[in-house]
Amino acid sequence: MPAKLILSMDGSVIKEYPLTKERTTIGRKPHNDIAIDNLAVSSEHAAVITILNDSFFEDLNSTNGSMVNGAPAQKHFLQNSDVIEIGKYKLKYLNDQPTQTSSADFEKTMVLRAPVKPSAASVVPVADSGAKFESTTQYNATAPKPASAAAPAAAPTPVAVIQILNGPNLGKELELSKNLTTLGKPGVQVAVLARRPHGYFITHVEGGSFPLVNGSSIGEQPHQLNDHDVIELASIKMEFYLKN
Amino acid sequence: MNLNQALEIVGQTNPGMVRSHNEDSITFDAEYGLAVLADGMGGYNAGEVASGIAVSVLASEIRHRLESDSPEMKEASSEEDVGVVLLRDNVKKANLSIFNAAQSQPQYAGMGTTIVAGLFYDNRVAVAHVGDSRMYRLRGEVFETITRDHSLLQEQIDSGVISKELARLSQNKNLVTRAVGIDADVVPEVHVHDVEVGDIYLFCSDGLNDMVEDDDIGATVQMLQGNLTLAASQLIEQANDNGGRDNVSVILVKIKGSYAAPRGVWAKLVSWFRN
Repeated sequence: MPAKLILSMDGSVIKEYPLTKERTTIGRKPHNDIAIDNLAVSSEHAAVITILNDSFFEDLNSTNGSMVNGAPAQKHFLQNSDVIEIGKYKLKYLNDQPTQTSSADFEKTMVLRAPVKPSAASVVPVADSGAKFESTTQYNATAPKPASAAAPAAAPTPVAVIQILNGPNLGKELELSKNLTTLGKPGVQVAVLARRPHGYFITHVEGGSFPLVNGSSIGEQPHQLNDHDVIELASIKMEFYLKN
Repeated sequence: MNLNQALEIVGQTNPGMVRSHNEDSITFDAEYGLAVLADGMGGYNAGEVASGIAVSVLASEIRHRLESDSPEMKEASSEEDVGVVLLRDNVKKANLSIFNAAQSQPQYAGMGTTIVAGLFYDNRVAVAHVGDSRMYRLRGEVFETITRDHSLLQEQIDSGVISKELARLSQNKNLVTRAVGIDADVVPEVHVHDVEVGDIYLFCSDGLNDMVEDDDIGATVQMLQGNLTLAASQLIEQANDNGGRDNVSVILVKIKGSYAAPRGVWAKLVSWFRN
């Protein structure tokens, strides 16, 4: 299903426009694909360029400018539910692609049967992929998600802390804020603590002996840690506990 | 020349959390310095067939030729390294095998595969790839992509339409512009890179780099370089913990020591006795 723009004003929907063309124009003059007969709209106000499943908004140096999600925008890489504002009009971008786990089949790798140039290392210009871009500026999207788009749906794992119980670093604490944290001395004994959706796991990495948890060796397999477990590694003892 | 002393190689492949079968194929051989990873596509079992053909053609043909020749020798016709020619010719050979199978058997119509293959010789690595399977390198603190995907998204990044940071928001991630077995001919991209002792090379299918950010992949390889098997299983675990929407395969190659090819008559004689 192609992505679409829904034109509305003051909360009432005026019309839906499927983005089936490579270039969809927006403006006051009737030759535009989305014609908005209002004096606040420039005759050729903006365009939306669509390349397969991605769409890009571009303001065509309009007199009054455009906003995307409340911020002035010249160029913008549209994401599902973005709202473009032109004067009093709103255009909501909807792209119901199966982004999440809904249907794995849609994510299967496919070959784009574009005429690929025969030379080995040449960069095929985008024009060959069926799109004509004259601009080489990059598009901006607001608030790109910092984490992987596929963040686990489960509740986040609570933050855990390791507290050193003996030796020169007695009392020191280490918060396990990363997915992986290594403990120990390289070349002597190293273990890794992995933060996973369902808890924390300690695994032996290198060294002649295995880490101890509550006095017993964990061997080569990952071992799940419970609140207040005591880890012993290269004769350093430490306590694992979960923060509230 | 046997590279067992110079290279440590481990590899793992996993169907992921969503797919019922695994269309990735991998093979590796430290003795010959070879690593091959292919990510197949096509309905029913065709993806597995395509990636399986690609991996077995490369592995068997390259091993066979290296029984008699050395990869650092120059090919008489083109002045290129034998290693480079071996990779390129055998990707083309695999292409033709897959294409012919797809033409003759209706259930295999349209099947194809991506591929990334590395051949380590004479303190270098030659890497050939088609599609979006990748090779990364960890050297010291720096973890970076060495291959550049043959994908629509990479073309958009190269032409400046979309920034690298925003690329992960794209809906066009899974469109490759080149694949093995789709047409009668294919153009593999082949480059040769110098290696340093201590480097770690990661070959992976997009099931890894679509699910795990490059920074996290790099941190994992760096932290767990003392235990490559654990590093490989942690990478797969992270992809699966993040949803595991695709098959995920990794091959890790660690350069343990120098492996310069013997030079001169005396060195060749010594090496002949050692082997």
